[in-house]
Amino acid sequence: MNVVRRMVQWNELIHPDRVHGSLYTDRSIFEAELQNIWYRTWVYVGHESEVPKANDYVVKSIGPQSVIMTRDEQGKVNLLLNRCSHRGNQVCSYERGNARSFTCPFHSWTFANDGRLVGYAFPDGYEGQDRMELALGRVTRVESYRGFVFGSFAADGPTLKEHLGGAAETIDRLVRTSPEGEVQITAGFLKHRVKANWKFILENECDGYHPAFVHTSIFGVADSMIGKLYGGASTALTRDYGNGHTEIDLRPEFRKRDLPMSWFGTSEERLPDYAARMKAAYGDTAAREIMIDGTPHVMIFPNLFIAEIQMFVIQPLGVDDSVQHVTALQFKGAPDLNRRLRQQTMGSVGPAGFLLADDSEMYERCHRGVLARNPEWVFLGRGEKRERRDELGFRIGHVTDEVPSRGIWAHYRKLMETA
Amino acid sequence: MLSRESSATLMSAVTAFLNREARLQDEHQYEAWERLWTDDGVYWVPANGANIDPEREMSIIYDNRSRIALRVRQLMTGKHFTQTPQSNLRRLVSNIELMDEQPGGDIAVASNSLIFESSLRDDTLWAARNEYRLRHVDGDLRMAYKKVVLVNNDKAIYTLSFLV
Repeated sequence: MNVVRRMVQWNELIHPDRVHGSLYTDRSIFEAELQNIWYRTWVYVGHESEVPKANDYVVKSIGPQSVIMTRDEQGKVNLLLNRCSHRGNQVCSYERGNARSFTCPFHSWTFANDGRLVGYAFPDGYEGQDRMELALGRVTRVESYRGFVFGSFAADGPTLKEHLGGAAETIDRLVRTSPEGEVQITAGFLKHRVKANWKFILENECDGYHPAFVHTSIFGVADSMIGKLYGGASTALTRDYGNGHTEIDLRPEFRKRDLPMSWFGTSEERLPDYAARMKAAYGDTAAREIMIDGTPHVMIFPNLFIAEIQMFVIQPLGVDDSVQHVTALQFKGAPDLNRRLRQQTMGSVGPAGFLLADDSEMYERCHRGVLARNPEWVFLGRGEKRERRDELGFRIGHVTDEVPSRGIWAHYRKLMETA
Repeated sequence: MLSRESSATLMSAVTAFLNREARLQDEHQYEAWERLWTDDGVYWVPANGANIDPEREMSIIYDNRSRIALRVRQLMTGKHFTQTPQSNLRRLVSNIELMDEQPGGDIAVASNSLIFESSLRDDTLWAARNEYRLRHVDGDLRMAYKKVVLVNNDKAIYTLSFLV
């Protein structure tokens, strides 16, 4: 770590309009990212609805580390490291379940689902040992925002609210799509692996320049209206919220159309139950506005992507090895909408998805490409001269501009420099 | 129960069908493969086990007949980049068994398959348990249902964009 810090001058590798190719391929830089980003800043881990009842648990991750998200008997959500404090064996080998405690299979040490060591086999031999010292490791800070649970390994630093900053509003916007104001993550995850650096995925999520080309095969045959949102004539925007959070704001296009549920390619008439529940919950005017604006397309740095109808969680395993965990968003109190969300999500993402298979192909080809060091740089200058600020002061540009990538790299540089 | 003779005849027809399907898939003969389906065909590749409820939980593929057609049409554009260039494929189909008769007279068949994929990314080995419901339509066998249970469908897997 310290060796890397001495060697790398981040300002030499990251310029406002270009970044050095080695940032995607250098193993020592990847190791430094684990320390400075993944094991320090706020990282999305899971959603409270995945552990609805007392003693429910689900195995998640922060980078390569396995993290057990539990709900203990008091109802509190804990993020525990899946590592016995004795000899390091993983204490949990199932992806989900309901358990008051976890017993290590190696020497039978048992931990409560809040992490306390509650017993070890053959307790003689441990005279005078303080069990508190031998609890499961924990993610130091745990906070949630509207059900989205984040963890940080750093004892100090910004609060989750400070970290989310302006991007918190996108999550507020998301949950309003539910007549009960809640997102639920209940459909299970597809796990799509790519041989590419995680930052290619991070940047691609709010890259509005590629869809017209990468997804031409599906837009051409599926009678999709998505393609137009990303065309040269689109009024949609890219936005840099700061702190690495980026957005493609499609609302200008949806507001032009002025048709409720058009954002999802459907209409109120085809979802009468949902439309009625929304009007009952928010009143006719607000419900109509919500149903016109649709859900956000936002990338919460470094790993939570909300893509209108689905959620992605980016997991880096190695410098050229990443997993996208994807699932359909489900909105509480919206069964007819939820069914369509699942069907559309299954069609578009995951290893066999009509959209994501081609995105993944691009990440992998980019990764192999940047191993060539001539030219040395990845150029991110599109729209730099025409960037402007919105009414809240966030940097915005045309939907095809590289405002989001520049925002991500500016934040990245700050995190890597202040290690 | 089928007599021993008719059972052997059926097994032979089923085996020929599965071998033909495998060849059409390996050789990217998308339209010919699509013609193997009945009008109510369902193509299912579950995730996270063999027995999830695809109406409630995410599957890798859960295509009705019109989505099967869409999948084929996307492949036919030549711009589905993950199959441009196409993967080189060869698969072995084995352990073919006739299973219990189905209501409506569909023929239930199960087999294993082992697929070697060579793509721009790398060489990948895929293994699966396949379940079919086959039906006689105008004298030919057709697929009304195909379920492909990848043995590693609970893990993170690479892009699967060929016909599995």
